[in-house]
Amino acid sequence: MKLNGSQLICESLLLEGVESIFGLPGGAILPLYQTLPEYPSLKHILVRHEQGASHAADGFARVSGKPGVAWATSGPGATNLVTGIATAQMDSVPIVVITGQVPRAAIGSDAFQETDTTGITLPVTKHNYLVMDASEIPQIIKEAFHIASTGRPGPVLIDVPKDVQTEETEFDSETFATNYKNIKIDLPGYKPTLEGNIAQIKRAIKLIEDSQKPIILAGHGIIFSNAYEELKDLAEKAQIPVITTLLGISSFPETHVLSAGWPGMHGMAYSSIAIEQADLLIALGMRFDDRITGKPSTFATKSKKIHVDIDPSEISKNIKADVPIVGDIKHVLQKLNPLVKSKSHAKWLKEIEDLKVEHPSLQIRNTEKLLPQYVIKCLDEVTKGDAIIVTGVGQHQMWAAQHYTYTEPKTLVTSGGSGAMGYEVPGAMGAQVARPDKTVWSIAGDGGFQMTMAELATLVENKIPVKFAILNNNFLGMVRQWQEFFFDKDYVATEYSRNPDFVKLAEAFGMLGLKVTEKKQVKSAIQKAMDYDGPALIDFVVEEEENVYPMIPAGQSVENLIEEPNPEKAVSS
Amino acid sequence: MISNTLSKHTITALVQDKPGVLNRISSMFRRRGFNISSLAVGQSESETLSRMTFVVDGDDKVVEQVTKHLHKLIDVIKVTDISEENVISRELALIKVKAGAEHRDQVMQISSMFRANIIDVSKDFLLVEATGDENKINSLINLLRDIGISEVMRTGSVAMNRASNKGSKKIKQSIVSTRKWDEAASV
Ligand SMILES: Cc1ncc(C[n+]2csc(CCOP(=O)(O)OP(=O)(O)O)c2C)c(N)n1
Ligand SMILES: [Mg+2]
Repeated sequence: MKLNGSQLICESLLLEGVESIFGLPGGAILPLYQTLPEYPSLKHILVRHEQGASHAADGFARVSGKPGVAWATSGPGATNLVTGIATAQMDSVPIVVITGQVPRAAIGSDAFQETDTTGITLPVTKHNYLVMDASEIPQIIKEAFHIASTGRPGPVLIDVPKDVQTEETEFDSETFATNYKNIKIDLPGYKPTLEGNIAQIKRAIKLIEDSQKPIILAGHGIIFSNAYEELKDLAEKAQIPVITTLLGISSFPETHVLSAGWPGMHGMAYSSIAIEQADLLIALGMRFDDRITGKPSTFATKSKKIHVDIDPSEISKNIKADVPIVGDIKHVLQKLNPLVKSKSHAKWLKEIEDLKVEHPSLQIRNTEKLLPQYVIKCLDEVTKGDAIIVTGVGQHQMWAAQHYTYTEPKTLVTSGGSGAMGYEVPGAMGAQVARPDKTVWSIAGDGGFQMTMAELATLVENKIPVKFAILNNNFLGMVRQWQEFFFDKDYVATEYSRNPDFVKLAEAFGMLGLKVTEKKQVKSAIQKAMDYDGPALIDFVVEEEENVYPMIPAGQSVENLIEEPNPEKAVSS
Repeated sequence: MISNTLSKHTITALVQDKPGVLNRISSMFRRRGFNISSLAVGQSESETLSRMTFVVDGDDKVVEQVTKHLHKLIDVIKVTDISEENVISRELALIKVKAGAEHRDQVMQISSMFRANIIDVSKDFLLVEATGDENKINSLINLLRDIGISEVMRTGSVAMNRASNKGSKKIKQSIVSTRKWDEAASV
């Protein structure tokens, strides 16, 4: 049987090992949808909004390590995907997105639901394609998965005109699998450097040997590169403390003696201070984001920097590297580790330990009020630190990153670079689809949750048992905090004075809904939600004007660190 | 970007000759706030590849970022910063000079000093065609301005490094051997 464009898409996806697709149909992608019944092993999850599809594909990819797939129709379907695509781009997440497009002959005519999808997504994708001939589909899909998942991963979009989906090709179903296997990826402009340059690695070794106060900064790259063991080897062998970035959380067990927190705007004070005192920063798969550096010119001025990244454009982009190493972290560390001499750094480790005692950023003040931080602590306890945590963006995100104990890789899923509120619902859906065996807790903000809560219907419909902890402060809390600190408590447009009844809402969607207003109810509610067979939601009505500490205001440096005010003095606020 | 050693750099790129490639490149320049002072594109020695010449304003750090971000685009095969090297650069300019009979000799004289050609003459105008590097064209335009210029059309520089003109045999090899980023990054 000769295959048409839609069949080629489905066949190719199957050969790429795709099992789940998040999407929503429309005219320009209908031929592809009508082909789906021929491919029962491609599981389609019908979302309520296309943003849900692209975020779910992203959550799936972060947890599974395999590219997530989302698709939608042309025009508004495609534009609704964009937030999720941009989120994946900022955090280097491999997703493959397929969009329907108006028929070839209509392109450029402002036809119904025509949008320049490749034009719109060009700056927020790693690469994109407009398919003008159905016979190119297998080549393009193979390239798309290759580009999305290798090098520095990222989203790839394929725009497929409707008549390309129905166009018959010379490919035959009998021989297609072999044909696909034999397709050569021919991308002369895309050859990621994997092996680090040995001369640079030797220079790095010299710096490591000379250093008295080294720190490893472990980023998202460790996770993409599966370099957990190599990271641990390096840290243990030379006794170097490991500080992670927000996205690097879970790349190194937080229970490890060498774990030294995470720094930056809302990171632990001792981690930020330690970075300033270090004489060597070994940056592994991280990009010196402004949430970490604050003002770049005053960041970590006492230290030399070794910067390992697979993306050459990240090196010396924000912070100048003394030793640049372009390569895959795993490969680089496999070469570097054997050359590293065992060391102890006992004095330095003690200094950091002392800093930690002097700056107890994670202490929760003792009060009868229901504090959001306390909820996270209880979640950590009840789940024994063994859940996958997905968050939205805001205060709850920072508390989730601070107060849960991450020990296993890929257990914190959060929109870092983009800071996309609304990620917490579909992102958690994708995470749970990737790991049906795990408990997935979405730590949600009342604001972000309401941006994408339509996907609760998708969860119930598809029996995806995500558990939600809404840290409901009736505020766009993080913005309110900025208004409190920097605008004299002038709370313009940040209060939600009439949030919906989240318990009734959960029930309306067909899930378990619980409400918690007191400390003593917290653990039992969490347990109840976990015991429930299906998606569940807890509305934690928390202290409204609680702040995230510590804080280094945007664009400033550690000197301007704001630590939690003395609890006695803080009671009135 | 602010810099104290602002200067012009010449960068060439070998790119896939596909629809939308120019858009990808210009979009990257716009998004990252890099300044292109001129851009020229044309087919290369291979039918499926184009070669672009960019003249970019910026200090070394900016140019390093430009080359890296260009290289990051999937359709860009090779990027070379040839500013420092022994580079030959040329552009073509067409200059319409407002000159009646009384100024014709003067225009012709200036043009011949610059080895430029007069390619069209009418009652009130002369059309001058000139090739040369940017400075030469600038000087010519400056001199003609005193007489009266009504229109200038410049192609932007195309540039080539003297030593790199090794003929088409070497192309395959240069496609494979992209530059050593590790060294480049340590500028
Ligand atoms: C889509 C989007 N719009 C706006 C913002 C700006 N923003 C950052 S945090 C925040 C408040 C989030 O409120 P909520 O989800 O309730 O979380 P909280 O901070 O209260 O924990 C806002 C509006 C954003 N990050 N994303
Ligand atoms: Mg809130």
